[in-house]
Amino acid sequence: MVSIELKNISKSFGPVTANKDINIFAKGGEILGLLGENGAGKTTLMNVLSGLYRPDSGTISINNEEKTFDSPRDAISAGIGMVHQHFMLVPIFSVTENVILGNEETGFANFLKLSESERKVKEISEKYSLFVDPKEKIERLPVGSQQRVEIIKVLFRSAEVLIFDEPTAVLTPQEVAELFNIMNSLKATGKAIIFITHKLHEVLEVCDRISILRAGEIVGEADPKVASNKELANMMVGRPVNLSLERRSSKPGKILLDVKNLSVLSEKLDLAVSDISFDVKEGEIVGVAGVQGNGQTELVEALTGLRSSLSGKISYFGQMVPNMNPRKIHQIGVRHIPEDRQKSGIIGNFSVGENLILNNYYAAPYSKHLKMDWDVVSIESQKIIKNFDIRTPSNDTLAQNLSGGNQQKLVVGREMSSHVDFLIASQPTRGIDVGSIEYIHEQLIKSRNAGNGILLVSTELEEILALSDRIIVLFRGRIIKEFESNPAPEQIGLAMAGHSI
Amino acid sequence: MNMEVKSSYHQIKQTQLIGYILIALGIFSTFVFSVGVEGDAVFRLSRPRDPLALQNLVVPASPYNFFVSFVLTFLGIRLLIKRMSNYSSLYLGLGFFLLITCFLVWATAGKSFSLTGMLQATVVRATPIALAGLAGVLSERVAVINIGIEGMLLVGAFAGAVFGSIFGGLIGLIFAIFVGALFGLLLAVLVITYRVDQIIAGVAINILALGTTSFLTSHLLKSHPHLNDAPIFKPIKIPFISDLPVIGPTFFQHNFFVYGALILIIASTFYLFNTGIGLRLRAVGEHPKAADTLGVNVLKLRYLNVTLAGMVAGFGGAWFTIGSVGRFDEAMTGGRGFIGLAAMIFGRWHPVGALMAALVFGFADSLQQKLAILKTPIPSEFLAMAPYIATIVLVAGLIGRARAPNAIGKPYIKE
Amino acid sequence: MMDYLKKKFVSEHLDVKEILLVPIFATFFALTIGCLFLLATGEGLKNIFIAYSSLFIGSLGSLNALSETFTAATPLIFAALGIALAFRAGLFNIGAEGQMIIGGMAAVIVGFSIDFLPVWLHLPLALSVGALFGAMYASIAGWLKASTGAHEVISTIMLNLIAIRLLDYMLRSPIIQKEGRNDPISKSVLNTSELPQLLSFIDPQLRLHAGFLVMLGTVLLIYWLLFHTTIGYEFRSTGANPNAAKYAGIKATFTIVLVMFIAGALAGLAGANQITGVLGRASPGFSASIGFDAIAVALLGRSHPIGVLFAGLLFGALIAGGRLMQVKAGVSVDLITIIQALIIVFIAAPLLVRRAVPWIFKEDIKKDK
Repeated sequence: MVSIELKNISKSFGPVTANKDINIFAKGGEILGLLGENGAGKTTLMNVLSGLYRPDSGTISINNEEKTFDSPRDAISAGIGMVHQHFMLVPIFSVTENVILGNEETGFANFLKLSESERKVKEISEKYSLFVDPKEKIERLPVGSQQRVEIIKVLFRSAEVLIFDEPTAVLTPQEVAELFNIMNSLKATGKAIIFITHKLHEVLEVCDRISILRAGEIVGEADPKVASNKELANMMVGRPVNLSLERRSSKPGKILLDVKNLSVLSEKLDLAVSDISFDVKEGEIVGVAGVQGNGQTELVEALTGLRSSLSGKISYFGQMVPNMNPRKIHQIGVRHIPEDRQKSGIIGNFSVGENLILNNYYAAPYSKHLKMDWDVVSIESQKIIKNFDIRTPSNDTLAQNLSGGNQQKLVVGREMSSHVDFLIASQPTRGIDVGSIEYIHEQLIKSRNAGNGILLVSTELEEILALSDRIIVLFRGRIIKEFESNPAPEQIGLAMAGHSI
Repeated sequence: MNMEVKSSYHQIKQTQLIGYILIALGIFSTFVFSVGVEGDAVFRLSRPRDPLALQNLVVPASPYNFFVSFVLTFLGIRLLIKRMSNYSSLYLGLGFFLLITCFLVWATAGKSFSLTGMLQATVVRATPIALAGLAGVLSERVAVINIGIEGMLLVGAFAGAVFGSIFGGLIGLIFAIFVGALFGLLLAVLVITYRVDQIIAGVAINILALGTTSFLTSHLLKSHPHLNDAPIFKPIKIPFISDLPVIGPTFFQHNFFVYGALILIIASTFYLFNTGIGLRLRAVGEHPKAADTLGVNVLKLRYLNVTLAGMVAGFGGAWFTIGSVGRFDEAMTGGRGFIGLAAMIFGRWHPVGALMAALVFGFADSLQQKLAILKTPIPSEFLAMAPYIATIVLVAGLIGRARAPNAIGKPYIKE
Repeated sequence: MMDYLKKKFVSEHLDVKEILLVPIFATFFALTIGCLFLLATGEGLKNIFIAYSSLFIGSLGSLNALSETFTAATPLIFAALGIALAFRAGLFNIGAEGQMIIGGMAAVIVGFSIDFLPVWLHLPLALSVGALFGAMYASIAGWLKASTGAHEVISTIMLNLIAIRLLDYMLRSPIIQKEGRNDPISKSVLNTSELPQLLSFIDPQLRLHAGFLVMLGTVLLIYWLLFHTTIGYEFRSTGANPNAAKYAGIKATFTIVLVMFIAGALAGLAGANQITGVLGRASPGFSASIGFDAIAVALLGRSHPIGVLFAGLLFGALIAGGRLMQVKAGVSVDLITIIQALIIVFIAAPLLVRRAVPWIFKEDIKKDK
């Protein structure tokens, strides 16, 4: 049986210590859970393990034999295989091409022996029940199958230690269950598995042991048979965490957003949103659940004027908005937290102050007759920085130098500091620390309690369940199911996977 | 169901657009090329000493052009009636081809014109463009934009002339390739190791190549003219097939550069798409991080291919001197490197595609040259502009369908 | 003062080392390598010394040298401002050369054809028509980019080549060609459309003309536009993150066309400046690849109007000094092109400079790794 042991691993980047004196151990036939919130140093640790980084100090031993990895190749040949959170797959390559990349079988003049490789891929996929067509292009596969390709990739390299980095982030609950089955059967064949996640119930469900990582250090171990959700959360965050939010019951008022028979095309001209109708009223949060890529992005873009709709009606506050564009939507009082802050929420090499006026730089008091008034910008932005607890040295600091959580608070602060009538929050807490998550959730609830309507789009089921008054589930661009009050998570899970019953 | 909606929506728009374009072309050629044109257009297919001679092709100008204009309009209307066609871009290609024949007939009406000569010149003129395009494919497939090809052609031309003058053509060619490789390596060092913006680095290389070759020309070659008098590669007739009418002179009576370009195109196609290293190279261009996690050395492969691109460009540059006129003149490549980049884009980052596009450019180039003899009312400067305008139109029209390697322009940094 | 300036450069955040030392070292290294290049081509040390000293004397050594430096710098800075502005908006405008040609031609035509206007109307008219035509020519590339996504690098390169052919054609057309000449050369502009010389009261040989003052004003104007207006904010956000700009309600298509329009106007002004201030008429190659050198100037000035001013003065000095160098030492002016290319390389690769003189950039190197 294989065994892997990390001793006193430390790794820092400049002044930032990402990992400090990490000790973990896993052996064949067991699943070790590595629990930690975003920014705790999980990814750095995994990059050390997979040979992408060299640790500053400490040792990695496999079967009690000390190893040093200069490149991923060394880690692979030592039997370590990594299933990445963001799939490391070339979309325009076939399954087989992705699997063999770096370990190609070639004949005369380095020519590829594709059919032989395809046969091998098929063998592995059948042996471990990881069904995919070896000839299919990755970009045509659903997310769940893509993950199976990732697993086949490491098995093809005869990995004995498998590392799963946040593997459930993009899966439906059903796909998660299936993944856990696969992990268990891999465990049964004697492989050692390290499962990295920030989701408490998942470690409790599938792991044999749990190590908890916080601020770059291992802060404790737990036994999943006895540990509770609350206990783990406290260890992970380092202070008591309030998992359930206080919510007053909602008193929905007038209809603020009314969507009728909306259809929207995607970038590739697919019908991304297909004939959907719903509304959001005053004083309620409507959650849009669904697995990533089921039309959420296009829906939000259409609602905010970033994308023209194919057909259907969108009315805000009882009126259709002619020639919808982002500026007009903003001017009538709709605020938008975009799904990807790096992509469109902030401008990295603009200062915090410049970022805070992104939506209304053109209007008084920030500018008059085309002339910017930087003094006013400075005063106003300092107010927002204070009110929304944005941790930044000054408002002249470049936004790219802030942490993810503070960048997100910058976006939230910008959107919610001026008068809000309606808020569209898309993935408002993706990839940020628990403190910031709690803070942003409080802001959303506060805004709702003040009578605003909120459309919350999230792929985190827990977030949807914790915040929403009503839930609609998107599947392949359609509303497959609506829930008037909080349903059982399993029911939403089924709907997310496309079961309408 | 979704897929159908998508494709039909897209195709209807495109089909319609192309329909209108074809009708416009038909009307245009009716009034410009057909009305009031007299005489026959005589196209010479063989030259006096060809072993297998063909008769001249005699086309009655006005009837032919009226007929073709009618066909163009008919095709356009047909597309509009059909509303949707999978072959609309094929129609467009056919339409442009017909329009060019119209133009030729119009320009030749009452005169005679060597068609074979023009086709032969097309292949010759396409050669440096195809090589520049191939250099572009090689480096862009590993996600390195190579604006510096123009400069690499220039140094190749220079090295070919100088070393060819001293040591003879073959050694000159080897030095041209070597110097091209050095400039490729320089680009690689700048953009891969020092992460200089790829376009800026390319511009710098172009200026550097222009400055260096011009400086050396005025410093060395002016005072030592024997250093700028290189032998030219002689045409090699391929036995038997070179005697075929039209096809023989067009394809099989060229010097080593034409055959070499063809061999390089075929070899690179296999290299990129059928070998293990090719798989890694393409992965490096599409998703370098994925390749890195599997132990593929991203930076090394980028170095390899960018240097190879420099070698190909150096070879293409040598065409200008030892493959063509035997002497170097300042800035003699005249923007062929940039046209090569355009050819790469139309060729959708595929060596064979780049070759096809280069042939189109070569055709425009030789057409302009040969038409000057026919004394058409169009000023020669405007004919000289035609390929550039065509490039702009094609770049504007083709974008969206062509897809560059995903990681293009981005340096690879392990975070 | 420094604090005030620092505060005003809201989005600059460059430390002094980065802005000052890197360009200085880059120039120094480029000159050094140029020297090695001369050695390699067989120049004697003495002649190299003569070459470099005349490079210095020819650019800074006398009033005439300074006048030449400023005269050479003026069109470079005009064109480079346009390129810098486009850079800020995320566009790579390689087409300044073509825009200069078109702008210059327009100025020539206005300059010789209108003979009834007083100087205070005729000159501004010639300059602004030049700017307008440069602007419209550049807008073609902007419009193509905005409407079809055609990459501006390719379209501006093609527009350059087209402009050169167009110039050849126009210079031979009977309306424009000088009477009685067979070679392609235009009629001369009238006195009323010429930029007045500034230092002719000292010595009529001094070529420095009022275009220099117009240029200084334009630098300030562009600085103000870029950092103190909403338009500048739109340009900068479109360049820094087009998605965020779209999200902020900034219309990318309009911004792209507008920025190309202004960039073209500046390049056109560079052409008109050459015609009305220096040349007096157009001939093939009158643009003297100033539009390409301006790319280097824009890069060297880090796309900041003030930086562009200093970079342009440096390049103007190189050009002015290069002429004397050629006369005195017999070293071809093409050496200047090589030096310019090397400066771009070093500027664009600050890492290279830092590693070459590690003791000066100690802290930065630590930051890097």
